[in-house]
This record gives sequence, structure tokens and C-alpha cells, in this order.
Amino acid sequence: MPVATTSTEQPELFKRRSPIAETWENLRRSWSGMLGITLIVIHLIIALTSPFLIPQDPLEMNSKISNQAPSYEHLLGTDKLGRDVFSRSMVGGRVTIVVTILATMIAVSWGGLAGILFGFLGGRADEVFMRIVDAFLSIPWLLILLLIVSIMGTEMWVQILTFGFTYGVSTIRIARAATLDHVTSDFILAARARGEHKKTIVLKELLPIVLDVILVDGAMNWSWMLLGFTSLSFLGFGVAPPTPDWGSMIAKSRETLAIQPWTVFGPVIMLSTLIIGINLFADAFAKALGLDRSQGAPV
Amino acid sequence: MIKSLAKIKNLSIGYPNKKGELVYVLKNVSFQIKPGETLGIVGESGCGKSTLGQALMGFLRTGSKIIGGSVNFADKDMFSLSIHQLESIRGKKIALIPQNAGKALTPTMRVGKQIIEAIRLNADLPGDTAEKQLVKLLAQVRLPEPEVMAERYPHELSGGQQQRVVVAMAIASKPDLLVLDEPTTGLDVTTQAHILKLLRDIVSELGTAMMYISHDMGVIARVCDRVALMYAGEIVEDTSAVELFKSPAHPYARGLLESIPRLTLAGIPNSMPGQPPIPGTIPGCSFSPRCSCATEICFKKSPEIEIIPQTFHLVRCHHWQRVLAKDFSLELIKVFKTIEHRIHDDPAIELSQVEISYHHPGFLDRIRHTPEPPATVSDLTLTIRRGETLALVGESGSGKSTIVKTISGLLPAKSGIIQLEACDLKIRIDERSMELCRQVQIIFQNPDASLNPRHMVAEILDQPLKLYFPKMTHKERRIRQIELLERVRLDGRYRLRYPGQMSGGEKQRVAIARAFAADPDVVLCDEVTSALDVSVQAAVLDLLSDLQKEHNTTYIYIAHDLSVVRAIADRVAVLYQGRLCEVGTVEEIYSPPYHPYTETLMGAVLVPDPNFEPRLLASDTPELSPPAQGCCFQRRCPRCIPDRCVTETPPWQFPLSSDGYKIRCHIPINELMVETQVV
Amino acid sequence: MITLIARRFALALVTIFIISFIVFFGVEALPGDAATAYLGQFATPESLNALREKFGLNAPPLVRYVNWLGDLVKGDLGDSLSRKESVAELIGNRFRNTVVLSIAAALFAVPIAILLGVIAGLTRDKWPDIIISLVAIIGMTLPGFVNATVLVYFFAIKLNWFPAVTLIASDAPVSKLLPNIVLPIITLTFIMVAHILRLVRTNMIDVMMSEYVQMARLKGVSAIRIVFSHALPSAMLPTINIVALTIGWLVGGVAIVEAVFNYPGIGTLMLRAISDKDFPLIQAIAIILSSIFIGINLVADLLTLMLNPRLRTARGH
Repeated sequence: MPVATTSTEQPELFKRRSPIAETWENLRRSWSGMLGITLIVIHLIIALTSPFLIPQDPLEMNSKISNQAPSYEHLLGTDKLGRDVFSRSMVGGRVTIVVTILATMIAVSWGGLAGILFGFLGGRADEVFMRIVDAFLSIPWLLILLLIVSIMGTEMWVQILTFGFTYGVSTIRIARAATLDHVTSDFILAARARGEHKKTIVLKELLPIVLDVILVDGAMNWSWMLLGFTSLSFLGFGVAPPTPDWGSMIAKSRETLAIQPWTVFGPVIMLSTLIIGINLFADAFAKALGLDRSQGAPV
Repeated sequence: MIKSLAKIKNLSIGYPNKKGELVYVLKNVSFQIKPGETLGIVGESGCGKSTLGQALMGFLRTGSKIIGGSVNFADKDMFSLSIHQLESIRGKKIALIPQNAGKALTPTMRVGKQIIEAIRLNADLPGDTAEKQLVKLLAQVRLPEPEVMAERYPHELSGGQQQRVVVAMAIASKPDLLVLDEPTTGLDVTTQAHILKLLRDIVSELGTAMMYISHDMGVIARVCDRVALMYAGEIVEDTSAVELFKSPAHPYARGLLESIPRLTLAGIPNSMPGQPPIPGTIPGCSFSPRCSCATEICFKKSPEIEIIPQTFHLVRCHHWQRVLAKDFSLELIKVFKTIEHRIHDDPAIELSQVEISYHHPGFLDRIRHTPEPPATVSDLTLTIRRGETLALVGESGSGKSTIVKTISGLLPAKSGIIQLEACDLKIRIDERSMELCRQVQIIFQNPDASLNPRHMVAEILDQPLKLYFPKMTHKERRIRQIELLERVRLDGRYRLRYPGQMSGGEKQRVAIARAFAADPDVVLCDEVTSALDVSVQAAVLDLLSDLQKEHNTTYIYIAHDLSVVRAIADRVAVLYQGRLCEVGTVEEIYSPPYHPYTETLMGAVLVPDPNFEPRLLASDTPELSPPAQGCCFQRRCPRCIPDRCVTETPPWQFPLSSDGYKIRCHIPINELMVETQVV
Repeated sequence: MITLIARRFALALVTIFIISFIVFFGVEALPGDAATAYLGQFATPESLNALREKFGLNAPPLVRYVNWLGDLVKGDLGDSLSRKESVAELIGNRFRNTVVLSIAAALFAVPIAILLGVIAGLTRDKWPDIIISLVAIIGMTLPGFVNATVLVYFFAIKLNWFPAVTLIASDAPVSKLLPNIVLPIITLTFIMVAHILRLVRTNMIDVMMSEYVQMARLKGVSAIRIVFSHALPSAMLPTINIVALTIGWLVGGVAIVEAVFNYPGIGTLMLRAISDKDFPLIQAIAIILSSIFIGINLVADLLTLMLNPRLRTARGH
């Protein structure tokens, strides 16, 4: 008698659907997720193409037309130095986005690997390491970032490395927690009982499972980094002038908030839409992967 | 004509799947429950029995809806009542006893308070009276020290105790109907027997009707007056328990009963091919693809429920007359078969005086010289011959998993000798040679957990091949994977499936294939059939025996189910709290003389025979750790000799004057031949 | 039980010790020493030496670390490089100001957040939840300074209810601070509520879907009683940790809000110290703020221990 191929699960699962395709399917069904992705993609496109598409030169100063209200020529008006707010807002995200994306990749990589490694190894090494991680996370993040940047300078590579390192520490906790959840599972035990090398177990068995959590955390990390980077920028420790940057734009235009609010609201809207987009995406992504998102402590 | 208490008529429940199509869970289900009657709802996973239980309480899972039919209780349609009216019925007229008592109790509320809540819902009693009621209820469910128990939090109680608390909550208002959804799942054999006895007593004391949902035929036989068998969302047979077990009329019922291992019949039972389908997807009779007596009409037309004349026996089959014509008891005996396999004389694994402990003395302990607690497993001496199947039997806490983990190298042994054909097995897995690792493989209980959900079957099978046979090329490995899958009776195309796309039975086969990919000498099977459906279990046991015959493998098989052990073991070792009680061949163990613990286990086993009554010899109070000295079973043994058993370690006795069969007890053999009387 | 508490205490102390190490040697690791950093362009060999002598910067780092640690334990926070006062005096008033701000914000934020979180959790996906969640998302995703700036725009500029910037000295009595404090408090409260509320909501949803709540429903318990007696106690336990973490965040993030409003608190002091490269001041602030964070977490841990029956009786019975 041939082996019956029906099963108690849904018949649709018989199509060879890989987990990636299934996740994408789930994601597509969430309107908030798709909205988030759209916002992110729009911002990335703007970041890449804006220098070629903006109507005015963002650096061109003209004291005669300072602090003007929005007009056809200057869609969001001008700031106190007569520069076009709209163009500056479009271009103001480029450095921010580049730095934060690269830093996120660094943070996720090193934090993820370290977290998995120590979660898997356990024992003394893990205990000591986690004490140090806890200590590090107890120091006010602003202090650390400001300190390093103020001494080492505000070049891009410094910022990328600083942010990558600092935010990676929070990824360590998340990755380690996820690893600990699975390290006692039977399939890990089975791998150990087979005599698999530790490296194989970490890379081939644990990593694919924990990857979900790390990726969602990566998205959230990006959003926190945006907060952090623009905050530093706001305080004057971000991008060096005259490059337009959202954070510093907001800081410098506060004085003229009463007369020309668009100098502030332009960059605010740009920044907010990107961050909200990332958050919507991260939430929907987590749901699509079937994750329980009860973490999320702000750093 | 007695009026029925609950009446379900043509009930169909379903939910829309992700694509928006309707998926049936229950299809046209009809039955009645009379006052005081116990109806059993039996079926395997996916047949819809849990949904039925919830529906009776007027409860639907989010997303499900009623497609047709009605649920009536005491003449009220449960699904047309307001939430207020439902609240007044639930807990008072119908009470639920859930599957997992531990999860069903609020963790932040003391147990007594939760029971009093149930009491107060029924009648607004002042504090004092409610307290007295509480104590009475706790005594009724045989919980000792009611005052102390009431102050405990749920997590402080054992599984059996939690279940009793939940029963107390349910009977607080003296309901007319109790709905029980597999309440003894996860409980030990002896605990289960005690809980079932409690339920029977309560039901006869209070005259309550019961709807008992289960997949376990033995439990159903013990508890129920009437039984309704479900398959793919439909009721296929509805009759008295006695009638169903003696002479079932539906082919599925026969197939199911024939696939259950029995304590009294040696050998592996028959297995039904295939798996239960999703309700409503098969044209004609849902069982027809798997039925051995299916004809044309079965594939085209769905059978209606028919009443067998002059009986109360209902059956949904076109050919029930033909089925009934065959004598069931004769069929049953013919169905069991033993697979002969060679057992060599030389030992495969030898354990000598092995001691295993989870306790690691800390720094402070060493300074303070705190006495060490008794080891988890102690004084373990066993010889397992090549090609044989040794079963390790015991309940939770018996140490069987610990032993298997130590043999596989995941857990170090504290002392003793463990050898595999003269190679030292006491070394940890990290330090073993690849060859040694290859020779000992392990298969776990839960196929959901033992396969990495992110790996395709091809990857899962590839890993042992890459690890142990590094010289194989990619192409050779692919061929081998297909071979392995076909050997475990799965199509080669399963290579590209993910675990999430397979049923429990299929996943377990993949796990077996993975173990055999290494071409091992010894396979450790940790309760490998416990998590599977009844009809699938037999197929897996059959497969394992087949593989053993072909490869000459030695099995160490852990089980708590004595019927399963009877089916496939050659020799058995009975463990209690990590110490050996009795060792012998299957025939020797399953017949007197018995070690008192073996006798207790045997007595508690439930068989699919309504006339059989289990013998409860020992209480079901759980033991947290073995005693420091004396016999391990001293605290619960019905035949404990007050001084000797507590202080002296019992000696090994050999009933047949040969090494193979030994019992560890102070009581002489001739006295052990006599059955212990139930107190 | 006592051993558990003692262990947590010991752990907290060890962590503070590690922090002191990181803070001190982290600063050491940065290029240049305190003197060059502080004097910057104005560094001449003589002024560098003078400064170094004055502050004992010539001794080897380990010795300086031990000295510093010893002083800390005695309560001496050292002297600021830039001002002539001791660090302790500098911090004193500003610390008080920040504490007033933080505690006020926390006192408002926690109850509001819990209330809104519970409501959102109970009315999942219906109107109350949608509105509350939207507000929470805005509060969580926008940077503190954006929230502050928007609030300034509406309340200070358009409505002119509160001053946009604080213009009083740090040692003014609390009463004078009050009108200046309102907008910063609103900002901080808004941010904290947004963070805490999301997690309370998730907890509430999880608990309401749990088997024991379902069981209570099937027992016939009324909906109100289910929420208050069965669901809330379980949902509140993890909330303690969340509140602690958010307050901890507050310790770090308050600086930005203070900066926006020019509020004379420890946050603005920290910013000034960093731009002045006043290392002793920076180190002292770092240790104080970190210790506060650890202290808050310790209290949260102990509270959870005492209130969670599972943990309370684990060793006990």
C-alpha cells in the first residue's frame, strides 16, 4: 500500500515554501508592515538621489531672503542664512543614514556573534562577560557616545565605529537570551550527542534560529541609532558644518522657531517618518517571523 | 425515556484559513449525554475532540465559527445565550477539568482562594462557611492536610495534586456535567490510575454526568459507560464501552484497537497505513483511503449514521455488517507479530556500579563539609548484549533519561565503569573519538523539538553523513539520503521538506533515519513513541524492529508504557528513583515473582478492556529524591518491613538461580510470588 | 531568601566596581591625557606640567585609579579641572534639580502608563487601543529633543503658557523652578509613558490569552474579577522591571531634554563637562549616574523577588 501523502496539516504546506518566502507572505499581509517598508525605501531613494534632484543648492546662502515663508521657489521657505529648507531637509539625511546603516551592520554582527558564543559556552567565561556587559549598559549612553566623539573627533569612521560598538552591546543581551532559550532544545542536544564540533553547532544549528531575533533587533537598533546620532548632532557633536544634517538643523533653527517653524519641522518630519517607518516594519517583521516582541528596552 | 442532559445536533464548526477558504474542524456531529452517564469521546490528534469539549461550554476559539447545527444543554442553546447567561451556567452547571492543570491555575493566587472563588460563584456564602466547604472539598479529592494545601501556590504542588485541585474547583458547585479534556496527560502511570479512581468515585457519589475526551483507549475503557469514536471531525461509531471494545463495527475502530500494544500479548501490533486527513477534504467516506474493506461506494458517497437493529449501537459505515461478521477477539490475536532478530552472546554495553549525580559541590559546601545528597542514579550494573533490546522502565524521577544521557556522553558519570565493547564510554562526548561517537546514537521523544526547524530534511540527514563519513562526495551523500528516507518508508521527495511541513510520525521517522545514517551499533531510544498518535506508534515500532533485524543494532529503549515495552523489548530493567529494582527477560518480568514496585506499575496499567480493574497498591505522593539509606521504594512500598527496609540496602535475589533474572528486595522470593492485597 | 538578597547586593556592588574601572580606564584610553585635553590649544609645556602637578596626573594610572577609588568611597569626588570648586559642590544643586524633575516625571508617568497600557491591552485592536498605541508610537520613535521642541512650539511659543528656556541659576530654590519645570516634565513624562505603556500592553495581552485566564472564564468568573484578580497581578510583575529600565533610561536621556530647555540640572552639567573636557567631573558624574541606574535595578529586582510567588517560595518550602 503506497504511503498516503495526506497529513493533518494544511495541504497548502505541500508546496515547497521556504521559511523566507513564508515570512515575506506574512509580511505582505500586514498593512503597517508594508507602510513601514515603503517609508524606508522612499528615504533610501531620497538619500541616494536627492543631490541630483533638489531644486536649490542646499549650501547657497543669501541673506536677503532669510527666514522666508514657504513659496513656489522655496517649498519650505528659507532659514536664517537664506538657504532653501526643502533642499536641506532632503539632503540632510544622507550622512545620518549612511553612518547609522553601516554602524547597525557592525553592531548586529559583533553583538550577535558575541551573544550567541557566550550564550552557548556558558560557564565562568559567560558569567564574567555578562557582568562587564551589564556594567557597560549601566553607564548613560549619551555620556559614552559624547565622550568618545568629543575626544576622537567627528569623522565618519569614528562615528560608525563608536555607534557600532556601543549599540552592539545591547544586541549581545538579546542574542544571548535567544540562544539560551534554544540551547537546551533537543535538536541542540542531538547535535552535541553526535559529537559535532562546537563551531558547527553555533554556526549551523544556533545561528539560523537566533537570526530572526537578531534581525528584528537590528531593525530596532537602527531606529535607536538614528535617535542617538541625531541627538549627538543636535548637541553639536555630529556632522561638521556646513553639511546639512537633520539634528544640527533642528538645533540651529530653534531660535527662529517662532518666525519660521518650517526650518525645524522640515527635518523633524523627515526624521520622524523614517523612524516610524522602521518601527512599523520591525513590528510587522517580528510578527511575520512569529516572534514575541516583549523586549524593547530603549538604550 | 430519560431526557438527555446535553444534546449536540449536526454540529459543524470551522475557521477560515490564511487564503480565506473554509477549513472544517467538526462536521455534522450529533450525540447525547444522559444525566449521570459518562460519555467518552475518543480520537487521535486532529479529529476535533478538544473543539467539541469547548463547544459544549459555549466556547469557540478566536477565528472559529459555527457553520451549522446546535449545542443544547438543559434545553438551552449554548450559542444563543448572552455572556451573562453563559457565566451563570459555566462553572455551576457545566464544569471543565482541563488538560494541563498547572497552566490552568492562576500562578499569583493561592490555591485555596481559587477554589473558594468557585464555591462563592455558586452561592454567596459568608467567609466561615466557605472555608468549611473548602476543607470538605479538599478532603473529597483526597488531598492530605487541607489547611496547609489551601495556602500553597500552584507551582508548589505536584502534577497530581494540581489536578486534584482543579477537580475540587470543578465539583464545588455540584455541577450536572463535567467536561474533561485529557486530564491525565503528562501524569505518571500510578498518578493517572489514582486520579481516574477519584473521578469514578466522585461521579458515583454526586451522580454527575461526564464527557471524557481522550486519545487513550485504556483510560476510556476504565472510565466511560458510552463511547463515541471520532475521525476527521465526524463521529464514526457510538455505542456502549463494553460493546465497542468487544466487537467494534467500524473499520477504523477495529484498526485502532488492533494497533494498541497490549500487556498480555507479546509482539508488535498491526499498524494502519496513512494518516488522518483534514476534515471535509476527502470525497466519500473520510476513512476510505486507509480502509482495507473499502469499495466503490465508499470512495464516492459519504456514509450516514445507521443504528444497528435492536441495539443502541450507532455506526457510520457502508459495510458494517461485513465488519461485524468477523470475530474481533480472534482477529486481535492474529494481528500481533514478533520480529525475530539475532541476539549475540557478547556484550555491547556494560555498566558496572555506575553512579551519576547532578549535584556539584560548591565552594561553600566544601568548606562547610555539607553531606552530599544521594546520587541521582546509584549502583547501576547492567549488561546489554549485542543485537538485543533492553527496556529501561520507570516513572518520572526514575533516572532513565539521566542514564541515557550519560551513555551518550552528554552527562558525566561520577563513578563506575561504562564500556562499549571494551572501549571506555565514561568519557564525555567532547573527548570521544569520532568513531566512538558514531557507534552510539540517540533518538529523542519529541520530534518537534529534535529536528532543527530551519533545516530541510536533506540538511538534517546530511550532517551525520558529513561528520562520520568525510570521504563521501556530495553526490554520494544525496543518494544515501534518499536511501535512508526510503528505508524509513518515506518518499525521497521528503528531502526538500521542512519539519514544519510534516506530521509527528513523519518527523520521528526522519529522526530515526538520522540516527541510522551513522550506521550505529547502539541506538538509545528515549520514549520515541510517547508523543505520537496511537495508530502511528505501531508503525514506528514496526520500523524500529525491522531496522534492528537488518543492521543487528542494539537498542536501549526508555519507556514508561508497559504495553509498549511488552511489544518490543527482549529484556527489561525496572528503575525507581535511579536504582535498579528488577532485571530480567520480558516473560520473567511480566510474570510473578514481582518486585513490589513492578507490581505497583503493573497494577496501575490501563488496558482497553472495560471489565478490567487496575489495582492501586501504592499512593501517588511524589518523591523528590531518593532516600539516603535502605531500599529506594521504602516510603511507598505496600509491603515495607519497618526496620529492615529503611536501614539496610536490600540484597539481589535470583529466582531462577541464573544471573539474568534478579530482584532487589528483602522479602523472600516465595512470598513475592503471592499477589499483594490491595489495602 | 536572605542569601538571595545578599547575593543581589553583592552583584550590584561588583558591577559598580567594574563600572568604575571602565569609566576610569576608558577615559585613560582616549588619546591625550586630562591636562592636554583640557588645556587644548593653550597647552604650553609649563601649563601642562603645572596642571599635572596640581592634580597628581604624573603618577602611573593604576595608582591614580586606586587613589580615586579610595577617595570616592570616602565621599570625596575630587576637584573639577575648570572650576575652582570641588566636584561635589558643583554637582550638589544641579543634582537636586534633576532629581526633582525626574521624580516628578516618574510619578506622573508610571500610573498613567500602567492605566493606559492596561486599557490598550484589554481593548486590543479596537478604538481605545488604536489611539493609545498611535500616541505611544509617536512618543517612542521621535527623539527626545524633537518631542521637546514640538512641545516648546505649541506651549511656549504659540500659547505662551510656559517659558521656552530656563533662565535661572542652578542654586535657586525649588519654588522658583516650578514654572520652568512644567514643559520638561511634560516631555519626559510623554516619552516615559510611551515606552512603558507599550510593554504593559503586551503583557496584558499575553496574560489575557493565557490558559489560566481562559480557565477562569470557563469557571464562570465575571469579567471584572478576571481582570483584577487573575490578570493584573501576573501582568504587573514584569512591569516593575520595565519601569526600572525606563527610569534608568531617564538617567541618561534627561540630558537632552535639559539641553533643550537649558534646565540647570546634572544633564546640562555633564554636557558642559564634556565640552570642557573636565575629566574628574566627567568621571564623577558617570559613576553617580551609573550607580543610580544600578540602584534602581536592584530595587526592581528585589521587588520582583518579593512579589513573585514562584521566586518567593522557591527556596522556602
